[in-house]
Amino acid sequence: MDTTVATGSEESVWGGGNRPLNASYGKMMMWFFIVSDALTFSGFLVSYGFSRFKFIETWPIADEVFTHVPFFHGNYPMIYVAFMTFILIMSSVTMVLAVDAGHKMKKNRVIWYMFATIIGGAIFVGSQAWEWATFIKGDFGAVETKGGRILQFVHADSGERAALADFAVTLPEDRVKHLKSEGVWYMDEGYQTSFSLNEVVEGFKANSDILIRTETINEEGEKTVLDREGSLAKLMDATQVVEGANLIHNEYGSRLFADFFFFITGFHGFHVFSGVVINIIIFFNIIIGTYERRGHYEMVEKVGLYWHFVDLVWVFVFTFFYLV
Amino acid sequence: MAHDHKLEIFRGLWKFKSNVQKIWGVLAFLSLVTAIEVILGIYKPAALTGNFFLGMKILNWIFIILTLVKAYYIAWDFMHLRDEKSSLRRAIVWTPIFLICYLIFILLFEADYIYTVFKEGYMTWNF
Repeated sequence: MDTTVATGSEESVWGGGNRPLNASYGKMMMWFFIVSDALTFSGFLVSYGFSRFKFIETWPIADEVFTHVPFFHGNYPMIYVAFMTFILIMSSVTMVLAVDAGHKMKKNRVIWYMFATIIGGAIFVGSQAWEWATFIKGDFGAVETKGGRILQFVHADSGERAALADFAVTLPEDRVKHLKSEGVWYMDEGYQTSFSLNEVVEGFKANSDILIRTETINEEGEKTVLDREGSLAKLMDATQVVEGANLIHNEYGSRLFADFFFFITGFHGFHVFSGVVINIIIFFNIIIGTYERRGHYEMVEKVGLYWHFVDLVWVFVFTFFYLV
Repeated sequence: MAHDHKLEIFRGLWKFKSNVQKIWGVLAFLSLVTAIEVILGIYKPAALTGNFFLGMKILNWIFIILTLVKAYYIAWDFMHLRDEKSSLRRAIVWTPIFLICYLIFILLFEADYIYTVFKEGYMTWNF
């Protein structure tokens, strides 16, 4: 290309070497990746919207699902997710500060800001893991009907949720968990619920102050609570006890809700995790002076773009999973 | 690489002396928006949940608009789109927006159709 003699401005456009978008190759490629990854995440979030609109009358209310804060007892909807959002925005800020210090070639400042960013990311991933653990472990317990619907229990007087342990009775059933060592060697039995369906049904019959809450959302935007007769009739449809959530059963309501929770927050958490790993690599590169010798800190700017993108995605996940 | 930063947000209403100051200013704004979202999410004022605009609760409109506002400032100030050439910025921003709007339109309409089939059709799904 250099052998071509450019006589006018038009020729030099085709001769290469100019940068119409004024962005380096690496930054352009990072933006390509971010745009395509943004489309992947939108695919997930919009399919969440699809399933939600499809079952709009029975979809779980996120406020009632995510109510826990570590080290505190009680009902605190939203607080912990808000904390996680703040942590991620904060680590985004230290990342921009690192990029800014990199422009000024202040190596020590870049090191400390990158360190803070990594810590923030680690706190976020840890919080995410805790959210998952809480969600999987479950809260009050519920029963599932033949049609795959979830029936939850409430106290008739206060309207508050009733845990299975509040009313279930203990029956003299000698049901033993099937272990590989004591049965057919290739068959195994997974998690056993703390009460059997019989124990829950008998306990329900014995406690007249317990009612059933169905998945259907009424006009006030709350889940419908059946009266005592309706509850007793509905309970006859139950086929099994559900505690916690996994990909197949979900005590909070629609199982699709749990599926999307695991997929979307899992995919995002994986992005944060890989972001932390990349940040750590860059962090050590800064310490050994790679970018100081290179003469510029553009690499910090590029991982910074990725890190802010992860923050950006979380802003949307936060809204569509927890708020709306 | 854009080394010179535009040091003002809100169309020049809030000016900063240095890039570092601008970053903290944007953080303050994003934190404020998040706090408003959380407070609205916890208290859910009846005036906002009871009234609808274009088939969606006013509260949800507020949440979505605030989210887009937050996304704007993250992309413009943290990802320095404000300092990039407008051709790069437009290519990055409008391509996904167009595709995502298209996807939202198709999938949500289809989902609403399936909802009416479940509700009014002759099949039963809660047996």
